[in-house]
Amino acid sequence: MAEVTLVGAVTLALGRALADDPDVVLLGEDIGVNGGVFRATEGLRDAFGADRVIDTPLAEAAIAGVAVGMAAEGLRPVAEFQFMGFIYPALDQVVSHVSRLRNRTRGRLSCPLVIRAPYGGGIHGPEHHSESMEALFAHIPGIRVVIPSSPARAYGLLLAAIGSPDPVAFFEPKRLYRTVKQEVADDGEELPLDLCFVLREGRDVTLVSWGASIKETLEAAEALDEQGLSAEVIDVATLTPLDMDSILASVEKTGRCVIVHEAPYTGGFGAEIAARLAERGLLSLLSPVERVTGYDVIPPGPRTEHRYAVTADRITAAARRAIAFPDEPAGQAAE
Amino acid sequence: MAGPEIPFTRYIDAEGRAVAALPNSAGTQVLTRLYREMVMARRFDAKMISLQRTGRIPTYPPTLGQEAFHIGLAHAMAEDDALFPTYRDMPSQLARGITLAEALLILGGDERGNDFAGPRADFPQAIPIATQVTHAVGAAYAMKLRGERRAALAIIGDGGTSKGDFYEAMNFAGVWRAPVVFAINNNGWAISMPRDRQSAAGTLAQKSIAAGIPGEQADGNDAVAVYDVIGRALARARDGGGPSVVECLTHRLTDHSTADDASRYRDPGPLSEQWKEEPVQRLRTYLSDEGLWSKEDEEQLIAEIDSRLEETVDGHAASTPPPPEAMFDHLYAEVPADLAGQRRQVMARFAGETGEGDGHG
Ligand SMILES: Cc1ncc(C[n+]2csc(CCOP(=O)(O)OP(=O)(O)O)c2C)c(N)n1
Ligand SMILES: [Mg+2]
Repeated sequence: MAEVTLVGAVTLALGRALADDPDVVLLGEDIGVNGGVFRATEGLRDAFGADRVIDTPLAEAAIAGVAVGMAAEGLRPVAEFQFMGFIYPALDQVVSHVSRLRNRTRGRLSCPLVIRAPYGGGIHGPEHHSESMEALFAHIPGIRVVIPSSPARAYGLLLAAIGSPDPVAFFEPKRLYRTVKQEVADDGEELPLDLCFVLREGRDVTLVSWGASIKETLEAAEALDEQGLSAEVIDVATLTPLDMDSILASVEKTGRCVIVHEAPYTGGFGAEIAARLAERGLLSLLSPVERVTGYDVIPPGPRTEHRYAVTADRITAAARRAIAFPDEPAGQAAE
Repeated sequence: MAGPEIPFTRYIDAEGRAVAALPNSAGTQVLTRLYREMVMARRFDAKMISLQRTGRIPTYPPTLGQEAFHIGLAHAMAEDDALFPTYRDMPSQLARGITLAEALLILGGDERGNDFAGPRADFPQAIPIATQVTHAVGAAYAMKLRGERRAALAIIGDGGTSKGDFYEAMNFAGVWRAPVVFAINNNGWAISMPRDRQSAAGTLAQKSIAAGIPGEQADGNDAVAVYDVIGRALARARDGGGPSVVECLTHRLTDHSTADDASRYRDPGPLSEQWKEEPVQRLRTYLSDEGLWSKEDEEQLIAEIDSRLEETVDGHAASTPPPPEAMFDHLYAEVPADLAGQRRQVMARFAGETGEGDGHG
């Protein structure tokens, strides 16, 4: 078993998929000879050839469009978009065709393709290199939205995404690409696309997050533990279709929920979870749901981007407010 | 190669010799000014790379080898024309009149740099490839509608010409006879993709043909050719003659950006040949041979540039970041009531923040 980073696990999964299924092809800008700007496809062109690891001309709309044709024709395209901030030209295809071809043809044609893109801030990138726009995709019926937060989950979830008969948007937390290494067996094992992962069990509060901010969420759980408070941590991993039952079961136990995401507050995917808690978990809740999120702003440029970040301290404070309720007012995400 | 005839212009060759009579517009003053600013562009670039390497600015896109393109086109523009640049076009912006301090703010990831004192109609750099070219067409339409004698100039890379935006922009411009010039910086690469894998077209200029607008090529290592061809295209546009495409052939003499390592995909062989065509030495040789530039001129220029750069870097280091609430204050014409709570939170979190990098709350 090898110790790999999150981006290394992505490479491992892509290599495994290419080796196991001759219909799998990768396409994108700079993914072949250069191995991708984050090296996610490093070595794959040499191993599987330029016909299956395709360096495309520069055009995201076309990358998504040709992937639709490839998928409907029986290939399993995995399209890389260099940054989530440059994926928008592909949205026309995603909204109009990727998500709809199966429904439109009553299953005669379908789009078993994967859209991969690194997302999130904190890497000192220029404008457009820090977005967390997963909610935009989660709002599109007919696609799955998957976000790993560790090397092992990146490996298993990406293999599941490639194997899935449905189109999957797979967003990779680039801030975590190289921060941790983990033993990952290259055994081809998929992880389920319809389950949340409970990363830590706890009694007093449920912390729900995904992707990059899982790091700060786990740090917050640790800090709470030192203060004698026990936090359960849930990695949603597959945003849509959502496994709400796991979240409800946890909140039934803890009575409190803090939702954490790096994306802006308004209309963020946390709002969906909070709404469902209000609909289905109201009687379990001992305090208002808290959200710790990015602000409703354009992520500031590198000079001041740290001010936008979701921090463990903010999460800890929200959890403490929730636990102290009603002695302290809670539900203060935006005051 | 088979394909449509595309005119190609060069005045000064790689050896610094005039291969054609220089255009009347390129008088002594213009030539020395072009040269001085190309030297500035090169030294500014080297300075930014060293700032990046020492962690003082984020990822930086070098301009090495493309100085004639950037400076030539900037001087071909009239003051009240409007520029639509990309992330690689800082030298053009500097030559258009933004200050070194503003440039450093932009490259340091501080939005205030884009509120430059002038030229006020110029757009900020577009980072999403090719998105700026339609903006230029819209601006050109507005200029035409109001009957102004102005033109818009959009810069785009060779890679950018593969995007639909570029074809769509040319098409609109053709239909509207909009006063716009599309200046292609064909530096041979889009990150790791060489020009010949980007398009099967023999030239990028010929893409204009299908849009019904003229296209030509210029030697992008020859500042006079860039200045002349783009200058004529802009004049035609201002005079109601409609849009055009000018493909300038340059070389990207280094990595795509400071985050890139071109040795992974680029055969270093041709690079030494490309260095022989580089634009700064070429113009210096020409000017020296004509008796228009001396060793003393060169020394004086470099001393002057370097002291300006030092001063700018020191000034930037001493500057304070924008206040915490700035991220809320420029989103809408007025801060909406719904954002007031978030804004207050951020102000409270970073109240004590005076310098860069601290205050992680
Ligand atoms: C829409 C979009 N896709 C991808 C990127 C990432 N990217 C930045 S520069 C670049 C290559 C651009 O090449 P070219 O147009 O030739 O310009 P150059 O960088 O050579 O000046 C790419 C793919 C981007 N900025 N925008
Ligand atoms: Mg290029």
